[in-house]
Amino acid sequence: MENVSLQEGQVPDLRVNIGSLELANPVMTASGTFGYAREFENLMNLHRLGAVIVKGISLHPRAGNPPQRIMETACGMLNAIGLQNVGVDRFITEKMNYLAGLNIPVIVNILGDSLAEYEEITKRLAGVPGVAGIEVNISCPNVKKGGVAFGTDPAMAAAVTAAVKNKADVPVMVKLSPNVTDITLIARAVEQAGADSISLINTLIGMGIDLKTRRPVLANVIGGLSGPAIKPVALRMVFEVARVVSIPVIGIGGIESAEDALEFMLAGATAVQIGTANFVNPRASEDVVDGISAYAANEKLTSIRSIIGGLRLDSLKDHATSSHNPVAK
Amino acid sequence: MSQYQENATVTHVEQFTATNYRLTLDCPAVAGSARPGQFVMIRTGRGKDPLLRRPFSIHQTSRDGTIQIYFKVVGRGTDILAHVKKQETLSIFGPLGRGYRLNTGTPSVIVGGGLGIAPLLFLVQENCRVKKDCTEDLIVLGARERIEIEPLLDDFRPFGIRIMTATDDGSLGHHGFALGILESMQLPSGCTVYGCGPEPMLAGLSSFCASRGLPCQVSVESVMACGMGACLGCSRPDSKGNYTHVCLNGPVYNAEDLQWKM
Ligand SMILES: Cc1cc2nc3c(=O)[nH]c(=O)nc-3n(C[C@H](O)[C@H](O)[C@H](O)COP(=O)(O)OP(=O)(O)OC[C@H]3O[C@@H](n4cnc5c(N)ncnc54)[C@H](O)[C@@H]3O)c2cc1C
Ligand SMILES: Cc1cc2nc3c(=O)[nH]c(=O)nc-3n(C[C@H](O)[C@H](O)[C@H](O)COP(=O)(O)O)c2cc1C
Ligand code: FES
Repeated sequence: MENVSLQEGQVPDLRVNIGSLELANPVMTASGTFGYAREFENLMNLHRLGAVIVKGISLHPRAGNPPQRIMETACGMLNAIGLQNVGVDRFITEKMNYLAGLNIPVIVNILGDSLAEYEEITKRLAGVPGVAGIEVNISCPNVKKGGVAFGTDPAMAAAVTAAVKNKADVPVMVKLSPNVTDITLIARAVEQAGADSISLINTLIGMGIDLKTRRPVLANVIGGLSGPAIKPVALRMVFEVARVVSIPVIGIGGIESAEDALEFMLAGATAVQIGTANFVNPRASEDVVDGISAYAANEKLTSIRSIIGGLRLDSLKDHATSSHNPVAK
Repeated sequence: MSQYQENATVTHVEQFTATNYRLTLDCPAVAGSARPGQFVMIRTGRGKDPLLRRPFSIHQTSRDGTIQIYFKVVGRGTDILAHVKKQETLSIFGPLGRGYRLNTGTPSVIVGGGLGIAPLLFLVQENCRVKKDCTEDLIVLGARERIEIEPLLDDFRPFGIRIMTATDDGSLGHHGFALGILESMQLPSGCTVYGCGPEPMLAGLSSFCASRGLPCQVSVESVMACGMGACLGCSRPDSKGNYTHVCLNGPVYNAEDLQWKM
């Protein structure tokens, strides 16, 4: 019934399904940009979120990197926070109660530097009331493999996915790193390893230099680029991945407005995450929900699901000559 | 602690020096709940570049629902702010952070250097309002040259607080640093010291107070993205070697709780 147009007095259905997880709308907050949600309670209506994804959690508390940790770039920012967090045990005892009381799906973002660590965090989260899903950050270095990021190698990405899947009692979303040559190889590998959904992209690695001091701006030398600057790259990667996997894809990267979010949905995303925009406008995620709702009503869509993957490529087929043309593949 | 995102109307633009400006912003919600030492995050542009808000101390509030910021042009964001016109609106977010904790039972010695003077007008205003009589108290204002201090003096005078000045070039008051004045005089006994200014000045003030056993509160800076505890970008080492987040735990700290590079 999704193509029937909206009747007078009807409200568009904004629900989307990420595998077995149903969201009231396609808007989530991106890990590391929304704290543990409570920070935003007086600044927006948290109950309006499709889901909240909390700051990445490791097995043990992490202090994070020395300052300077962030810098602004053209239309974006670099961060090298160093995954500072309270550790899984304190997260469960200190943060989870509040989050569970919000009555919106809470997705816990996890990270580790070994397979065993990912496995152990997942085990500790099993059965914790209020945890609706796990998002696996695979952009972290694998200490046993000389610090190569799990997310840059299809076999390692698959191994992490399988390890988490094996211990998880909730749906598992695997968050891809964009710092790879062919993102579809990683996407296929994690799908085969059992991922219930895929989110992308994490930050793009970059750096900044201070000409006056001739030193790197960030104490960590390199950092992750986020914000509007990365949106075209993210959109392209979501488009590529959505074409090769059959599990839901969640779009992330530079989304500030409903228009941005809807572009990702056309490219194949079932839902989106709002990151850096939260820093500029603490109400950004709620504004995106409002905007999507208004768009759906305006376009007389009975369900927002009807636009997922709705990118029109038909007229391009005739011109599909260049190897850069995705339709030519 | 209430925070607001407001569209503030610019009601007054003042230029004091080639680089120093003061804006008066009509933002009743922020003004109504601000405390001395707190700050606001302001969007300098409307588009995507510059992307992040910029932090500014609250210079002064008024009962008519306005606040002032006093700033120096150092880069793109502040340059844009220096060119705003009366009646334009700016998106403002605040009040943020933990401000000065007024110790009204003791004499106050307040020290500001350069743009660090910004939050001190609000502090003096509140200090003198609560104490009713602040003639025992002292504020020392330091800057490179006369024109950086002089235009602000009229705003400090009505409170009755004792004012002393210091300039690097000797064009006004003591020839030297603000801290030099403190070192050369007898401070009111049992006083509490409040400071804001460049990092080396605060480091010096911190060790000055530590050696004399005086309680000392200082306002420090850090690069910030969110201003409200969400990004964890504004870290700074505390005296125990842990990271503290300036936007949440500061910007005002007990000087002894921070690590100082001497
Ligand atoms: C809590 C707090 C309160 C502040 N209050 C005031 C105030 O009342 N008046 C005022 O003039 N300034 C204040 N600042 C500093 C002000 O935020 C920066 O000067 C401003 O963000 C620079 O923006 P820009 O776009 O002009 O410069 P950018 O283009 O971002 O940077 C230009 C130069 O300024 C330096 N810079 C950037 N941010 C800071 C910073 N936070 N501190 C020091 N140097 C910086 C950069 O390293 C660079 O060299 C405060 C900062 C904080 C953290
Ligand atoms: C300050 C900061 C901290 C972040 N921390 C995490 C994290 O802990 N785990 C994670 O998976 N992603 C983290 N990210 C990445 C974001 O979740 C998101 O993938 C990325 O910023 C791109 O989206 P954006 O352009 O909307 O910000 C962080 C990003 C920023 C800016
Ligand atoms: S500026 Fe984001 S946490 Fe302090």
